Amino acid sequence: MSKSIILCGVGGQGTILASKLIAAAAMKRGMHVETAETIGMAQRGGSVFSHVKIGDGINGPLIGKGQADLIIAFEPGEAVRQLPFLKKDGAVVVSRRPVEPVSAMIGIAEYNDQAQIDYLKKEVANLTVIETDEALEKIGNSKVLNVLLLGAAVRSGELGLETDDIETAIHDRLPEKLWEVNERALNYGN
Amino acid sequence: MHKEFLMGNEAIALGALAAGVDAASGYPGTPSTEILETIAKKNPGDVYVEWSVNEKAGLEMAAGASLAGARSLVTMKQVGLNVASDPLMSLEYIGVKGGMVIVVADDPGPISSQTEQDTRTFGMYSKLPVFDPSSVHEAYEMIQEAFDFSEKYHTPVFFRPTTRVDHGYESIDVKEPSEYYQTKPEGFVKDASKWVIFPRLSVKNHALIEKRNADLTKVFSEYKRNFVKKGIGNRKKAIATHGINYEYTLDAIGDSEVPDILRVATPFPFPEELAVEFLKDKEEVLCIEELDPVIERNLIFICGKYGLNVKIRGKLTGHVKPSGENSVDSVKEDIAKFLGTGAASDEARRDDPPELAVRPPVLCAGCPHRASFYAVKQAMKGRKTIYCGDIGCYTLGNAHPLDMTDTCLCMGAGINMAQGLNRMEPDTKAFAFVGDSTFFASGITGTINAFYNQADMTLVVLDNSTTAMTGHQPHPGTGHTLMGDVVDKVSIEKILRAIGLTTVETVDPLDFDTAVETVKRVADEPGIKAIIFKSPCIVKFKPKSGQSHIDPEKCIGCKRCINELGCPALIFKGGKASIDETLCTGCTLCEQICPVQAISGGGHNE
Repeated sequence: MSKSIILCGVGGQGTILASKLIAAAAMKRGMHVETAETIGMAQRGGSVFSHVKIGDGINGPLIGKGQADLIIAFEPGEAVRQLPFLKKDGAVVVSRRPVEPVSAMIGIAEYNDQAQIDYLKKEVANLTVIETDEALEKIGNSKVLNVLLLGAAVRSGELGLETDDIETAIHDRLPEKLWEVNERALNYGN
Repeated sequence: MHKEFLMGNEAIALGALAAGVDAASGYPGTPSTEILETIAKKNPGDVYVEWSVNEKAGLEMAAGASLAGARSLVTMKQVGLNVASDPLMSLEYIGVKGGMVIVVADDPGPISSQTEQDTRTFGMYSKLPVFDPSSVHEAYEMIQEAFDFSEKYHTPVFFRPTTRVDHGYESIDVKEPSEYYQTKPEGFVKDASKWVIFPRLSVKNHALIEKRNADLTKVFSEYKRNFVKKGIGNRKKAIATHGINYEYTLDAIGDSEVPDILRVATPFPFPEELAVEFLKDKEEVLCIEELDPVIERNLIFICGKYGLNVKIRGKLTGHVKPSGENSVDSVKEDIAKFLGTGAASDEARRDDPPELAVRPPVLCAGCPHRASFYAVKQAMKGRKTIYCGDIGCYTLGNAHPLDMTDTCLCMGAGINMAQGLNRMEPDTKAFAFVGDSTFFASGITGTINAFYNQADMTLVVLDNSTTAMTGHQPHPGTGHTLMGDVVDKVSIEKILRAIGLTTVETVDPLDFDTAVETVKRVADEPGIKAIIFKSPCIVKFKPKSGQSHIDPEKCIGCKRCINELGCPALIFKGGKASIDETLCTGCTLCEQICPVQAISGGGHNE
């Protein structure tokens, strides 16, 4: 078994930590893991992505078009940007909260986040849209978007890992005072 | 041995430690930076490690350590190699004593660099052997072998991962510190006939280098990381590749009909005997490469030398794109076309997506560089100006709406470019922007040149007290080193005054009115003068100030703050500006330019 997962968003949103939690969870289960990250200039508010491959028969970390089992998107437009990598019946988990590009804010480009969500609804059968503002308010912490998305990713059935695996990774990688809030985010909507 | 999930650069660092490296140096540069940081973090205690002032200094330090018999490492990105090339070219002629590995991270794409230069080609030019790893786990093992080769043949060697290996992660087996190789450096042994470069020595050693490299083609033909992976079936068509492209190739070919693959891990000296063996029963070979067609040229050469009738395809024949980064998809397509199997793309058919704005990187919310650029822009409004930029976060000052970078070439270049532009257009106010780390790396000689040659220009040093773009490395102005020592800070202001500049003003750019007034006054003084905009990087030194808020009653929706500053924390909703509190640092720049004083609550970072 192997899974190819793309995490995407805007620099600074926490995609790298989320990919590390997936990697740690997969390694704990004895799986081979390879990932590739955007590092450098793009981290300053640019489009960022991580490619994650877990399991057997992996040749390098990068994923080709139409090969990803799952896209975990921290932003609607970034989900659409990565969609060519999703396989035909793959899953998308996306945060509903847009991050408007500066170019759109100052009026030199267009950004309509509702159009992005509508497009995803039309093109992706296995789609989970997370109402981020509502969810984070209920969880009571604005900094757990990454784990909130990972919980939904588990339930999409395409992550190849269980909630317990991610929980173990949280315990291994985060300080104890953050466990409880992250577990609430992980199980949100259950 | 134990398993760790490591970034390629971390694996390279741990590999160097396992090889017993005694001294390590470098200058930060994406995608190479994490190597030296990891060596510092995992230092068993006996490794000397430094961020050097630039790549030339770093290479010279490592060369000195090697002459003492120690194993040394120096790291840089590919454009850094240009800075280090002066000592490097000569070092190859005198050779080394302890193993010395020069890690140069190449950046196909380029993703975060100015050029797509290929260190494999630099290896041929400078005559240094080159090691080219394909994966994180191979990088870990190969750098240990590179140290052995270097020591055995008394030559520095290149180790050149590319971005996808540097910044890839893999779960790999690594040695315990107790298994690390232990060096026993003999110390420097005086011998002027060996270590002092003179024409007589150069001509003697040049002949020896040529002989050694000719011999290495045989040695490298036996090296286990150069190999032919046998295919299935008796195919006359085959593939030659390297680095991460080897992984792409494996991903692209199916399970049946598999061509032979020549994987080249040492592009220089080229494993000639292995290549001849590979070519002898082939009709056509496709070279899948990134950056220069190094393997392709070597195979063409070998076909000519040995009279082999094999068609060599690749970048030179238009079968692989000549520039830019390859991908899983581009390699799959190139191979399918070559084998005539038809490009079977896995991409699912979907409707065209809605319009989607590109999202280029921007200066962070609260970045003091935004205030510095905006102050100069406001002060020079209506004047004829030219703004020469530099390499660092402040290159992002070119983006709209700031639009404050007219030229950018390489580190330190802006100073003397401003000088030259002003010489030809004396009625233009010339500005050069340079960062603090960049000033130390390559701004000082340029400033002396401008002062000595009576330039008329304004030097603007954007001093945020760190090397921000590459992840906040210390430099001579920060007062601490990579070893953790607290040291005397080197003062940029004192350097400028010592050179002879009489006008050197240090201003906080977030004190906006003072900043604008200072620029207006200083720019009109004769000769070269300097403004140091001093305010710390908000990512590293998180300010404790309050956040700004916009009073919707007062906001008239003029969008001045948004359209003038382009701050990612400023958004426009329902006809009014508002502030994204997850991003605002309370820098107060927007407060200071709001025409109706609708913004308040931020505080200066004391």
